[in-house]
Amino acid sequence: MSDRLTILSPTGHLGFTPIERGSFEIGVARRPDAIVADSGSCDIGPQPLGADERCSPEEWQRHDLELMLLAARGLGVPMIVGSASDTGTDRGVNEYAEIIRDLARQHGLAPFKLATIYSQVSREELARRLENGVHVDGLDGRPRLTTETLARTARLVAVMGVPIIRALDEGADVVIAGRSSDSCLFAAPAIRAGFPEAASYYLGKVLECASFAAEPFMGKESIMGTVTRDTVSVTAMHPGQRCTVASVASHAMYERANPFFEHVAGGALDMTHCRYEQVDEQTARVSGFAFRRDPVYRIKLEGAGKVGERALAIAGIRDPYTIRHIDAVMAWARSKVEDRWGPPGQQYQLYYHVYGRDGVMGPWEPRRALPAHELCLVVEAVAPRFEDAEVICALATRNLFYARLPEVKGTAGTAALMMDEVLRGKAGYEWTVNHVLPLADPLELITVKLEVAGG
Amino acid sequence: MTTRPLVELAKTIRSKNAGVDQITFDIIFPDRASYELVKRSGALTAEVVTRLYAIPRERLTAFVEYDPALAIKFTIRRERPSGSPGERDVFGAQQYAPLFDLPIPIGS
Repeated sequence: MSDRLTILSPTGHLGFTPIERGSFEIGVARRPDAIVADSGSCDIGPQPLGADERCSPEEWQRHDLELMLLAARGLGVPMIVGSASDTGTDRGVNEYAEIIRDLARQHGLAPFKLATIYSQVSREELARRLENGVHVDGLDGRPRLTTETLARTARLVAVMGVPIIRALDEGADVVIAGRSSDSCLFAAPAIRAGFPEAASYYLGKVLECASFAAEPFMGKESIMGTVTRDTVSVTAMHPGQRCTVASVASHAMYERANPFFEHVAGGALDMTHCRYEQVDEQTARVSGFAFRRDPVYRIKLEGAGKVGERALAIAGIRDPYTIRHIDAVMAWARSKVEDRWGPPGQQYQLYYHVYGRDGVMGPWEPRRALPAHELCLVVEAVAPRFEDAEVICALATRNLFYARLPEVKGTAGTAALMMDEVLRGKAGYEWTVNHVLPLADPLELITVKLEVAGG
Repeated sequence: MTTRPLVELAKTIRSKNAGVDQITFDIIFPDRASYELVKRSGALTAEVVTRLYAIPRERLTAFVEYDPALAIKFTIRRERPSGSPGERDVFGAQQYAPLFDLPIPIGS
């Protein structure tokens, strides 16, 4: 076994916006042992998973995959991509695999082994387990999963751990994986090469978002991680960025409720006693991490279900008197909707987003009593049928125009309509499943396929 | 007692989703002195945060002083999972602004 392994991380979300080429090429010139990127996140909301759609243009996904594929094949090192096409469903894995096959043909690449790893879970499979008395516990305060919640779920993925090791064992040169823990993508080749789990998962944790672990703030720049038995060093590849003690330590807590533990399938990385030191201007080194294995192997499940079709409209308010009475204006418009459709609930949902007052923060806005001199109202209506959402949205918007205020001077209309038009939004979805499922075998819900591409 | 707003003492003040049900806030300081000053001041505590965001104590799921990163971090459970109809901030990335003006006593 070699005493160190290096991994190049070019992006925190493949395809979300294109990878920056300069720092990537600097990284490739340093000949890493693997090139790894995550392509998905639950940050993008439940719609892409629920509707099984990508959230980024295929052209950008292809751009990033092409850069990584050509560099990895040129160096003869593994390329690993997880949470394919934003959601990591089977559709995403198949689409990415097809892009890889296509790029291999287009560039006349010599034959290589392409692994695809699937982790989508069918509703029937999960229903069977629930019927057999399996406890699927909720995360972050959610109750245990019920058949009713499952029935509201359109699609589910299991967030896999390190089955990538299995694919690498079988000689995979390129791995396209379904939904994965970000850190596991990077940990897998390190664990397979014999490095301890603690160091391997820390390597994954620090590399998963690429340049977000460096300073100053820049997106889509490459960073490089080096793992030894008991340390992880991380180096910024962009000449203007540095990985510092502060930037790396603060990244440990990024996007997580607790800065000390990173939970992955089968256990947790414990960062309580991590030590950070500056090695050179662009590199920080970390040690002191530990890995705590769970007594029962559990895998995270993500699921999204459809709430309804969505219609949107936009209105502006400039009259200071109307702005002072904006709640009364919205109450009037709501009442006109309720006259015809009844109170919101099962049949429809209606939201006014008041930009210029509390459009971003809602009830968390401490300054909502100090609205701006002009307000933008985005009216959002959701109903089972788009035709109904459209009508409700139009009614809720036009009545902003007709609101009856006792002392209004501008009697020709109490709102500026950007256009007298209702827009069709993507359907409304919600996260129905954020739970953990116990498994007897980590590979139970995972399928690994291998093929030869190129040549 | 003189005060300075938190934004002048911190290097980074940010918010971001921590999974689909929570938003986490990181306040990172440029040096140990400013970190310790804020930590000891009592001006940024779990109670202060619940008052600032007008939430009941049980919605604040974590409040941690993280010495290795010179950072104070807290996490709030969302009203509804991220991206549900009525969503205002899918990534939870713009919820930190009210922290800027928090007055920190810096001695007389």
